[in-house]
Amino acid sequence: MTALMTMAQFSSIVYPSRSVLSAVLLLAACKISAAPLDISMVYLEQEVDRPPVLSNLVSWPEDEGEQGAAVGIFDNNTTGRFLKHDYTLRKILVPKGEDVIAAAKLALAGSQLVIANVSAENLQKLADLPEASNDLIFNAGSADITLRSEGCRANVLHTLPSRAMLTDALMQFFNMRKWKSVFLLEGNRDVDRQFANSVRNSAKKYRVSISHEKRWIEDSDLRRSASSEIPKFTQARKYDVIVVADENDDFGQYVLYNSWLPRPITGTSGLEPVAWDRVVEQWGALQLQSRFVENAGRPMTSIDYAAWAAVRSVGEAVTRTGSIIPAELREYMMSDRFSLAGFKGRKLTYRSWNGQLRQPIPLVHPKSVVALAPIEGFLHHTTELDTLGLDQPESNCKGME
Amino acid sequence: MKSWFTLAVSSTLLLTSQSVFAHWVYISNERDDTISVIDTETNEVIKTIDVGERPRGVTLSHDFKYLFICASDSDTVQMMDIATDKIIHNLPSGEDPEQFALHPDNKHLYIANEDDAVATVVDIETRTVVAQVDVGVEPEGMAVSHDGKWAIVTSETTNMAHWIDTATNQIIDNTLVDQRPRDAEFTRDNKELWVSSEIGGTVSVISTDTRQIKKVINFEIKGITAGRIQPVGIELTSDGKYAFIALGPSNHVAVVDRATYEPIKYILVGRRVWHTALTPEEDKLYTTNGVSGDVTVLDVKTLKAEKSVKVGRFPWGAAILPKDNIPG
Repeated sequence: MTALMTMAQFSSIVYPSRSVLSAVLLLAACKISAAPLDISMVYLEQEVDRPPVLSNLVSWPEDEGEQGAAVGIFDNNTTGRFLKHDYTLRKILVPKGEDVIAAAKLALAGSQLVIANVSAENLQKLADLPEASNDLIFNAGSADITLRSEGCRANVLHTLPSRAMLTDALMQFFNMRKWKSVFLLEGNRDVDRQFANSVRNSAKKYRVSISHEKRWIEDSDLRRSASSEIPKFTQARKYDVIVVADENDDFGQYVLYNSWLPRPITGTSGLEPVAWDRVVEQWGALQLQSRFVENAGRPMTSIDYAAWAAVRSVGEAVTRTGSIIPAELREYMMSDRFSLAGFKGRKLTYRSWNGQLRQPIPLVHPKSVVALAPIEGFLHHTTELDTLGLDQPESNCKGME
Repeated sequence: MKSWFTLAVSSTLLLTSQSVFAHWVYISNERDDTISVIDTETNEVIKTIDVGERPRGVTLSHDFKYLFICASDSDTVQMMDIATDKIIHNLPSGEDPEQFALHPDNKHLYIANEDDAVATVVDIETRTVVAQVDVGVEPEGMAVSHDGKWAIVTSETTNMAHWIDTATNQIIDNTLVDQRPRDAEFTRDNKELWVSSEIGGTVSVISTDTRQIKKVINFEIKGITAGRIQPVGIELTSDGKYAFIALGPSNHVAVVDRATYEPIKYILVGRRVWHTALTPEEDKLYTTNGVSGDVTVLDVKTLKAEKSVKVGRFPWGAAILPKDNIPG
């Protein structure tokens, strides 16, 4: 990890809001909220071990998440300079194997607003710390469904879409295209099981049948044998579409163009439901994309987007309330007065029952957006965005109110 | 025989299309890098002009000799000679110009630079940058008051209308509005500033004296979900009677009664309507419909859509040249 700090060095990087802004500002008056405010936030990430994969081409940016938060801070400060609001971000990267909770305790001593890119298990531990009880934590790293249901926490909001939102988006698209039967191909890791389960639930919800299911067998080098092995592995008389559940891209990319029947590949390869991708360009998204690339030197990912949305949510709430007290910010964010312009064509708001940020889900392939869910025709009595993921009756989250 | 007939028909068309009763509507086509010119008498495209990359905002000089074009991806504002259809200058506009407004002095052009969080003031005679003003994230809408005192920039991610004093080119106040402000327009008497918020779904009417919001207008169209009602372009009639608000992907233009600030009618136009322009008599309104690639002509008296005119891909901006100023 390039920007990695060990626990011993564990200290702060303060993104200098001023130095990145271009020129001297001459502001005579501002009446929106006159009191100067300093808003300090923490970005907490635990470095994860990625499992070995077949392809040499698969890689994940090491600064995923933190770069999104950094652009969010930049955006907040550009607004903040008119209001004398100064946003800073302290970055805490915990090396793999080290105690993330110990680091978190130190982090919480300095700030009550935390952007977390950690596992579901660690997120719950973090939220349950006595020091965190009055804090506001944003989950920008875990798509775990339990966190939005029985495992939810009142001090945690989620800006990354849950797996349920992603797979619901996929099933809405299948309905539109009249793809009625699915061949589900499941990987062997725990996250693959979670994704596959979510596919099963969404298929039931949207009345798509899973006609075939198979678990991946890890005993060959597909770089050499994909064209001979995948056809046999996906042999069946009839299916409309293949869904791959392989979150680490171990084998999914080899299924494309190699399936027994000439069918589209979707899920974690091929047509993918995401929070964000470099191909999203409508609704003014190009501007966010170019700001990000300029800053990070690489395209923006879903986790970057989630971290950006978290920082911007805080910025929006501080701008409108003039407060920096987490409880007041949370109350505002959960109210119907809050909305965030997130470059996806609709205002983004938080679900009161589990703290999930409502958002459209782009369905993308490497060169283009294919569709944006919610797909037209899926209706909901309050907002169509609630056709994606856990709607109020589906969530077992208690104690958010 | 056949070819003679065709020739006769086309020359007749040519004659009618160059009618002396007609104004010319200049439409920028964002994804075609062209300007379509529509004759208002026949409502047909009479010519298509190649311009710079990704043309968006267009406006005419007050003497109607030049058309200014924000060629966003060419990072320039182009100055086109109306008489020859030739680009005569590329103005130093700053990066990614999207919209602009010309000061009543016909000399200073205020340009929003979307990628740079600045507004650039250009002297169009000397073609030099007079000032750059730091504004919020993604500046978009631009307006100059009719008395020339104020220049307004709206910034989409900062959600503010910034008030620039044109005498000093400094921001002296900011008005917070709803999410993603897109367009700003002063009333003829300069007493009100209207600002549309695309994602907020509202239009804010701001008092120029206090720079505080005096009214927020909401929109509701039967059968269309609130999320698709996204106000963008604003056009105000000079008699103070109507405001026309382009409502983006709801594919409607709202007519607002200026006395009550209530929407009184929604007119169905093409898909994703961006901006609008009124004829000099203010009897017709032309709307640019981005997704359907056409322009809808609305009648102001009956408040009905009369015709749609196919133009290039993703029509964005519109500016109307009065008939008396048409060259030749």
